Amino acid sequence: MASEFAVEMRDVVKRFITPEGNEMAAVDHVTMQIKNGEFFSMLGSSGCGKTTSLRMVAGFEWPTEGEVFIEGKAMGHTPPFQRKVNTVFQSYALFQHLTVYQNLAFGLEMEGAKEEEIKKRVGHALEMVQLTGMDRRRPKQLSGGQQQRVALARALVKTPDVLLLDEPLGALDLKLRKEMQLELKALQQQLGITFIYVTHDQEEALTMSDRIAVMSKGKVQQMGTPVEVYERPANKFVADFIGESNFLEGKIKSLSKDEASVFVPSLNAEVVGMPISEGLVKGEEVVVSIRPEKIRITEKDAKNTNLFHARVTNTVYIGADTHVYVDVNKAKVKVLEQNRISRLDPKSFYVVGQDVWLMLMPENTLVLKKD
Amino acid sequence: MNPFRRSPFVIVAAVLVYFFLYAPIVGLVLYSFNASRANVTFEGFIPAFSDRVVMDGSLVKSSPCGPFHWYCDLAKNGDVAEAAGNTLTIAFTATIIATVIGTMSAIALQRYDFKIKPFSQLSLYIPIVIPEIVMGIGVLTLFSQLFGWVNEVFNLSGDARLSLGMATVTVSHIAFMVPFVTLVVQARLQGFDKSYEEAAMDLGANEWTTFRRVTFPMILPGVMSGALLAFTLSLDDFVITFFTNGPGSTTLPIYVYGLLRRIITPQVNALSTVWILVVFTAVLALQIIQNRESKQHS
Amino acid sequence: MLKRIRESKAAQGTLLALPTTFWLFFLLIIPLFLTLVISFGKRSPDGDVIYGFSLDNYTRLFGYSTDCPDGQASCFNPLYVQILWRSLTLAFNTTALVIGMAYPLAYFIARAHPKKRNLFLFLVLIPLWTNFVIRVYAWMMLLRKEGAINIIIGALANMLHIPFTPFEMLYTPGAVLVGMVYEFLPFMILPIYTSLEKIDISLYEAAADLGANAVKTFLRVTLPLSMPGVVAGTILVFIPVMGTFIVSDILGGRQVILVGNLIQRQFLDARDPTFGSAASLILMIMTLVVTYFYTRKFGFGEEIVPA
Repeated sequence: MASEFAVEMRDVVKRFITPEGNEMAAVDHVTMQIKNGEFFSMLGSSGCGKTTSLRMVAGFEWPTEGEVFIEGKAMGHTPPFQRKVNTVFQSYALFQHLTVYQNLAFGLEMEGAKEEEIKKRVGHALEMVQLTGMDRRRPKQLSGGQQQRVALARALVKTPDVLLLDEPLGALDLKLRKEMQLELKALQQQLGITFIYVTHDQEEALTMSDRIAVMSKGKVQQMGTPVEVYERPANKFVADFIGESNFLEGKIKSLSKDEASVFVPSLNAEVVGMPISEGLVKGEEVVVSIRPEKIRITEKDAKNTNLFHARVTNTVYIGADTHVYVDVNKAKVKVLEQNRISRLDPKSFYVVGQDVWLMLMPENTLVLKKD
Repeated sequence: MNPFRRSPFVIVAAVLVYFFLYAPIVGLVLYSFNASRANVTFEGFIPAFSDRVVMDGSLVKSSPCGPFHWYCDLAKNGDVAEAAGNTLTIAFTATIIATVIGTMSAIALQRYDFKIKPFSQLSLYIPIVIPEIVMGIGVLTLFSQLFGWVNEVFNLSGDARLSLGMATVTVSHIAFMVPFVTLVVQARLQGFDKSYEEAAMDLGANEWTTFRRVTFPMILPGVMSGALLAFTLSLDDFVITFFTNGPGSTTLPIYVYGLLRRIITPQVNALSTVWILVVFTAVLALQIIQNRESKQHS
Repeated sequence: MLKRIRESKAAQGTLLALPTTFWLFFLLIIPLFLTLVISFGKRSPDGDVIYGFSLDNYTRLFGYSTDCPDGQASCFNPLYVQILWRSLTLAFNTTALVIGMAYPLAYFIARAHPKKRNLFLFLVLIPLWTNFVIRVYAWMMLLRKEGAINIIIGALANMLHIPFTPFEMLYTPGAVLVGMVYEFLPFMILPIYTSLEKIDISLYEAAADLGANAVKTFLRVTLPLSMPGVVAGTILVFIPVMGTFIVSDILGGRQVILVGNLIQRQFLDARDPTFGSAASLILMIMTLVVTYFYTRKFGFGEEIVPA
């Protein structure tokens, strides 16, 4: 292959005119490098620019500024039908006037493939998505899950260098979606081609991706492996968007080479010894972030750093876990306790009004810049 | 890729087709200001106002209405006024009846199962798949045979004799309007969620109250567009009216057709222009109402 | 009784559909039946109908004649067959021309920016709702020897110093064809537009994504998906063209006689309703046969109901 990167977006901007006549940047100076054979996800809520980015790779939209490269080649205004990428559409966009077989054959006919070859490749593709024997049906006669597979097979039969998937599982029910997630991941590993996957579902992105680009307001907020974006969110937005977090506002009291102490007014106390990220200065207004499952809750005062007295205000039993809501001075904090032991007695759980101690272990906390 | 991109061929073709659609209309309007009485040739516009009509051969030199001479002429034409009155009377009466019974049958066909349903549904397509002239001579035959028989049996004479007139035109108009109203309302009902009615009944409304307070207001836009379609079809109808009208029930299209077979003056153009203006205003008003409605919904 | 109606859904449905069904039965079905009965009858000398069963009207229509030039008992008179054939070919030609003109315009409107679509549609609705008779009249004025087309061509020829004598375009088959195309063009534009507008933009994108260029996308995706509109439009154009008599009456004069004119004359001038009824039934059968074969091939478009 010509390039190390399957797809590269270099400082890409896409501006639209809104119905009110204002100019709006749907994609705002985005740079991404997607490696060959990678399962790459763009994650964000609607309007964050993820779909527009994908459409610029496919060629349905052209960047206002910047450039999209596929296999190292600048795409410019290359139309979609001359790009070696294929798309699985959110709406599937199956041709209702054609049978399943004809839908799959469409792209191969456009390449000018011979009938025999088409037959072979379509048969193979149908087998791959387990739809053998459905080739004479019309898309309307298939279930949602089957239609989704047809859309997938129609794109894959062209053996693209890069497969683009725009929320392909959005229309399926939860159980089917979970099955398809694993199937898609397995398929991607088996075929070894690059997948670019757009989704608003963080769990989906974490399950499937090698790397994730978390996007918001047309910008990439963070790019990294699932572990990186969850364990080391780059900012408050990412920490909030992926998983859950308790945020405590404060001010940096002291700063050493690799540790910071932050005074948190709502706790009326200092949280000390936390690992720091780049660019923080002493006296800066920051947010201390800690995930609910990473807070230790104890009944006794265990003489430790970052130990705070708290009172239980509410508990919710969820089955696998119990959510415990506590007040620490004026701060409201959520703690997630795993139900490791089977028990029935209500007294064995935390009860409302109970006095407890919270332990915020420094290695589990993060100091993030205020947005 | 811009989804709204069109090839130059399409744009040129569209412009040409629009030209084809509008050139005759523009010509029609221009000729309504023609100075020539014969209207065979265009002799320029009527130039001046004066207190009376000045003619030079067949040319109108000046008129109290100036360039609008033929419009004034039209206004004084009693036959046109009568034909216009007839047209509107027939259109209004037929639309009201057709809308009421068409809406009823649309509800029946969409919501109920009954024995004659397939027959009722099928009969709706008759006016679409059969040329209008076949229907026209059919009803003409029906009326003439029926009236002949009744007149003979009851020994009617003079004014009491049944004959073609406003009533036969109206009744025939209803016949071809009803299928259109039914199909339009039916299409609207297809997208109607039954749970609204179930909710109303759940909240204590009986069938009639549910219809009056929930169903009807919700299908009203469909009923209105059905009624409007029926009304315009009636205003526009030539063939059915041609075969079913009698003395005293001449409508505007019939009147214009009669003129075309005799000597034509630009008065016909003036009449056409007024007609086009009325259509223009009506369609424009409708579009504005529809736009406002769709904006409210979005 | 009232209680029964309240409790029986079937009774309610019948009751609601009754007025319409009744009306259609008396004004569509009975008249068709009467037409059939009369077509087997004979004309009395004063123009009334003598009921009976005779196929004379039909044999006459298909060329059997007893009024022969060289004293034969019977001969073939092609007059009415020619009229039927002329009507059929005119209807085909009109429909083909109308599709050719309507499709690009419908495509243009469907691919216009959503904000401008209403304006473009509005421009189609104005000629559509302008009265049928007025629209023929407009062409009468354009096509006359002294009419606008001759004036414009004359002026152009004069500028280029080409000799030109105005010629009569009215009362020719061409005039009738143009008039028919003009009358029925909007009825084709609207259904084609409706079916084109329904096509999801993502389908065009999918075709491009799979390697189809603009021409291939049009032929393989757009055209097949818009066929329902073309079918509906064809039904809305072909059937009325077969039966219309005003256009040929005014633009064709005595030169272009169609089956519609034939029927009309039997009922008004010639006073032979039995022959007119037979002709009208043949017309109906012709349209039904063509529509049947056409829709069997392409399906019955659901765009047929204007809304």
